[in-house]
Amino acid sequence: MSRPGGISTLADHKRRRIDELIARTAEPGGVSLIRDAGRRLLRNPTAIVGAVIILLFLIIAIFAPLVAPHDPVQRFPELTRDLTVDSIPGATAGHPLGSDPLGRDFASRMIYGARQTLFVGVLATLIGLLLGVLFGALAGAFGGWVDALVMRLTDVMLALPSLLLAITLVALASRSTQWTVIIAVAVVNVPIFARLLRGSMLAQRESDHVLAARALGVKRRDIVLRHMLPNSLTAVIVQATLTFAVAILDAAALSFLGLGDPDINRAEWGLMLGVDGVRYFEVRPELAYYPALAIIVVALGFTLLGESIREALDPKNRR
Amino acid sequence: MRASGRLRAVIAAGAIAALTIGAAGCAESDRDGGGDGGTSAAGGTFIFAGAGDPKNFDPIFNDDGESFRPIRQMYDTLITHKPGTAELVGGLAESWENDPTGKVWTFKLRQGVKFHDGTALDAAAVCANFDRWYNMKGEAAQSQMIYYTDIFGGFAGSPDALYDNCKAQDAGTAVVTMKRYKGAFPGAFTLTAFSIASPEAMKKHGSDTVTQNGDSFSYSAFANEHPTGTGAFTFGGWNKATGEITLNKNPDYWGDKAKVDKMIIKIIKDENTRKQELRAGTVQAIDFPAPADRKALAGEGYKVLDRPAFNILYLGINQKNPKLKDLRVRQAIAYALNRAQLVQTKGPGGSVVADEFLPSTVSGYAPDVQKYEYNVEKAKQLLSEAGATGLTLNFYYPTEVSRPYMPNPQEIFTVLANDLQAAGIKVNGVPRPWNGGFKDDVQQFGKQDLHILGWTGDYNDPGNFVGTFFGRAKAEFGDDAMTEMFDAIGKADATVDQAAKKTAFEQVNRDLAAKWLPAVPIWHAPPALVTTKNVEGLVPSPLTAEEFNTVSLTK
Amino acid sequence: MVRIISRRLIQLVVTLLALMTLVFFWLRSLPGGPVDALLGERATPQTRELLTRALGYDQPIWVQYGRFLKNVVTGNFGNSIRTGEPVTDVISRAFPATVELALAAIIIAIGLGVPLGYLAARHRGRLLDNATIIVTLIGISIPIFFLGYLLKDWLTQGVHVFPPSGRISTGLDNTDVTGFFVLDGLLTRELDASADALWHLVLPALTLATIPLAIIIRITRASVLDVLDEDYIRTADAKGLRSPTIRKRHVLRNALLPVVTIIGLQTGALLAGAVLTEKVYNWGGLGTLITDSISGGRDYPVLQALILLAAAVFVVVNLVVDLSYAVIDPRVRVR
Repeated sequence: MSRPGGISTLADHKRRRIDELIARTAEPGGVSLIRDAGRRLLRNPTAIVGAVIILLFLIIAIFAPLVAPHDPVQRFPELTRDLTVDSIPGATAGHPLGSDPLGRDFASRMIYGARQTLFVGVLATLIGLLLGVLFGALAGAFGGWVDALVMRLTDVMLALPSLLLAITLVALASRSTQWTVIIAVAVVNVPIFARLLRGSMLAQRESDHVLAARALGVKRRDIVLRHMLPNSLTAVIVQATLTFAVAILDAAALSFLGLGDPDINRAEWGLMLGVDGVRYFEVRPELAYYPALAIIVVALGFTLLGESIREALDPKNRR
Repeated sequence: MRASGRLRAVIAAGAIAALTIGAAGCAESDRDGGGDGGTSAAGGTFIFAGAGDPKNFDPIFNDDGESFRPIRQMYDTLITHKPGTAELVGGLAESWENDPTGKVWTFKLRQGVKFHDGTALDAAAVCANFDRWYNMKGEAAQSQMIYYTDIFGGFAGSPDALYDNCKAQDAGTAVVTMKRYKGAFPGAFTLTAFSIASPEAMKKHGSDTVTQNGDSFSYSAFANEHPTGTGAFTFGGWNKATGEITLNKNPDYWGDKAKVDKMIIKIIKDENTRKQELRAGTVQAIDFPAPADRKALAGEGYKVLDRPAFNILYLGINQKNPKLKDLRVRQAIAYALNRAQLVQTKGPGGSVVADEFLPSTVSGYAPDVQKYEYNVEKAKQLLSEAGATGLTLNFYYPTEVSRPYMPNPQEIFTVLANDLQAAGIKVNGVPRPWNGGFKDDVQQFGKQDLHILGWTGDYNDPGNFVGTFFGRAKAEFGDDAMTEMFDAIGKADATVDQAAKKTAFEQVNRDLAAKWLPAVPIWHAPPALVTTKNVEGLVPSPLTAEEFNTVSLTK
Repeated sequence: MVRIISRRLIQLVVTLLALMTLVFFWLRSLPGGPVDALLGERATPQTRELLTRALGYDQPIWVQYGRFLKNVVTGNFGNSIRTGEPVTDVISRAFPATVELALAAIIIAIGLGVPLGYLAARHRGRLLDNATIIVTLIGISIPIFFLGYLLKDWLTQGVHVFPPSGRISTGLDNTDVTGFFVLDGLLTRELDASADALWHLVLPALTLATIPLAIIIRITRASVLDVLDEDYIRTADAKGLRSPTIRKRHVLRNALLPVVTIIGLQTGALLAGAVLTEKVYNWGGLGTLITDSISGGRDYPVLQALILLAAAVFVVVNLVVDLSYAVIDPRVRVR
């Protein structure tokens, strides 16, 4: 599996998973493969559980203002009245989950939390994906020294543990904002996507339909954009699903380390768990339990679906 | 793949084997006895959980509480505080006198006091310390004498230097002469940074060598391994791998001898972990419990010892912004803040709303300043009178930090910003890491419109609070903010007569509230200590300057 | 061979030099930094100026850079801002702590993971299998700092089964030989210290082991299933060789190969996990050092050295691995 004369074996595990994914998705005749996979997915209870979790999560996130009883940043007199630093009011009329440490409606914050968490997760994944796809496509399309340079860079990045890389990036940023966190978590994923896309494109370069297109005199740009990219995207989408779970876990870890989003007005589960949940654990453990549970369930949902799609695409499972 | 896996295993095994063999050669226990280091049952070992690493143990090169905690046990100052108060009493000096010009200080020293190295504390030793500070060479060393530069103005050759000379009138009398009067004295003589160290030991261990290396400094053997003072404990060692500082009872201490045989300061940075160690019974006292945990701990029978509040949190207003030059706008900000609610909901137990920038125990506190009770309508009205409706302000707040006066800056910011928004002031929150730009942006460059910051007092003097903040032009509040204010504070600080000084500062505090309002005082928040039930005799100090010789452990 | 090594070493030097330069200028361009970290609330502008001069920050950036390079080349990474101690001392003290923790975690992960994965595969589709899969999925999805937090709360607070934090009991006064406390206790015959250190190791190692454990279980299970599917096992089955010993011998040995490779590859993940675990348990290792050097005062000399260390280790390990390929398999030519 390791390339002779290659720079690294440290990142082999990650690389191998990527290669497998490429192998499973890069075959020509993708349409029937995808239809096959889809059929298998619908018969797989794990995939359905994952999909249902994600769907619920999306619905709550999108319709948060309709679902939530209150504004998530408003401080309520009936909650602040009994609030002190060492006692946080529990459920009262109109506030089913009681107060957060600042007298805000905890239930509403949990619901809006879906939205913010989705925001962080999606953006981190998307930025990582776009940059990765850009680099990967460049490497895959041009080959030669561009390819060598991009691959060398991704090798280095893959060898560093993702959270460590994110921490370093936050430390090296001159200011801490929500964007610092999103970008730090995103950059970590760039090499994964880059390698994925490059591998997938290389595999296709020699495939029949691309060779045919080239023989017909189709321009290189058009081959890349019309033929190679779309085919590669299946693999990218699977990886994105899995990345999402890692992104929200990393964001929570950064908050716990005190390097996360500094704006505690923002209701984001990782932030709620990493800051308030830990600080007020003794006073009101629900402040930790609920966001933690939410993160676990959503991360689980994305992992289940991602793994199921990956499995469904596995040619071995085609009967 | 197979081969490389095997190879890696071989390398790892080889490394471990080499390590083991190499280590076995010199592996010898260097314990002095049983598990507890051979302490007798009578006094026992007192384990105190501190919150951070000390820098070193040479008093003059330090300026933070975590370094001062062990230093205070090993050294004494000429004047000290009555336990549990900020009231001055004799330390190494039994008594002291100031001449009418306020420039000459005469100290009558305690007889028969010995440094840990056996040399005698006499007037010559005291003067050697004053001379050492004044004559310190090299920018590296000088730049680390933060308290000295602040109080004594500068070093030999500098026109700003306050110190003139120190004479040993006789073995028991030291006379320190300053070039000018300074209001900080005699309070400043109590500063732990100005502890008296053994001149012999300092010479022997090269105390003045501070070398710069890259972005930092390294200190002498005196500062790291051989701190030698007159205190109730002697230095036992600092084990950096386990984060333990060991102090041993000084059997020859001149004052009340320590009741425990040994004291260990265990460094635990996380407040939550400190509490858990206390519960597990592995430490007997912790500093700075999380405000949220106080009630639970008290309920479980732990002793929560509140220090009398000696700090201040304030909302700074930068008058570089022309809108904020208008007193009405600053008053509107003061009215807009619901400080009573902030204290109730977020204040550590025992905190109170602050109306002035100094605690009520400090002389110069005026009981009758203008108070700004929470009043949103009034705030809105003042804003519209000043033509400042729709105001947008940049509010800087620190992250990655917790201070006794500001246990949780993000929460405090969020609450204050919320209040300001309610009064129609748009707030643009700007978080900055404490050491990664906050202090720079706020105190050096004055980039902010509003910010939160605070202070813990060093000694009982109004100048140590009000003078520090508003005594001179600072970028923090807009450089040229108010010359009238600087003059008034300067004059009050230079008043030799104590009664007149008190009156002058009372007026300063009245004007600060009604006329100048360069900032809004928020709260005084007392930091606490928590001990197990069997710890007796620990007296909390408002200056967080506890001495542990009075501590004993009951069964 | 010599040519290859020397070429790679030159490459290494160039890479590190480039990285160092980048890190140097980047850190210098950030606000705050050493001057802020060294001065508390009490600094007057005068001290600030003194300090700026003392650190040489008033000199042109090229002069500073030259001095920095000279220091690094002579192996001097400066002193920690916070403690004034040489950075090399700080790092070499933290290193064994993290290695000790990571080793313990890996032992737990293998010791539990391989048998569980095997059992799950053998009972494919049954309760044990499903339960194992669900647990591993949760193990991957739970924020591990929170898991550590819960374990600590349950097992050190209500019931004092384990110590809440640290590597050894306060005041035990153990002799520090290698920095590996468990090993030190054995070497110096301070067996109580060894036992105590081991006791302190349990919860942090369990926490850190979570993710590798989940991964090892899944991989063991998958590869055992793969092997069970292989023709030779089927053949053995068909031949009626149902003896559990044969099956175990065939299956386990072949299935373990991917597992073994995975274990080596988990090192990086362990280091990332260590950052969180060490913070939860006040464990004085590299993880704590990284977070402390960032949020505890922007300790740039330490941070700088840690970044260089990571890069150097990475490059050197790669060199060794590449060379070992060439040694083992003559067909591979290292370029």
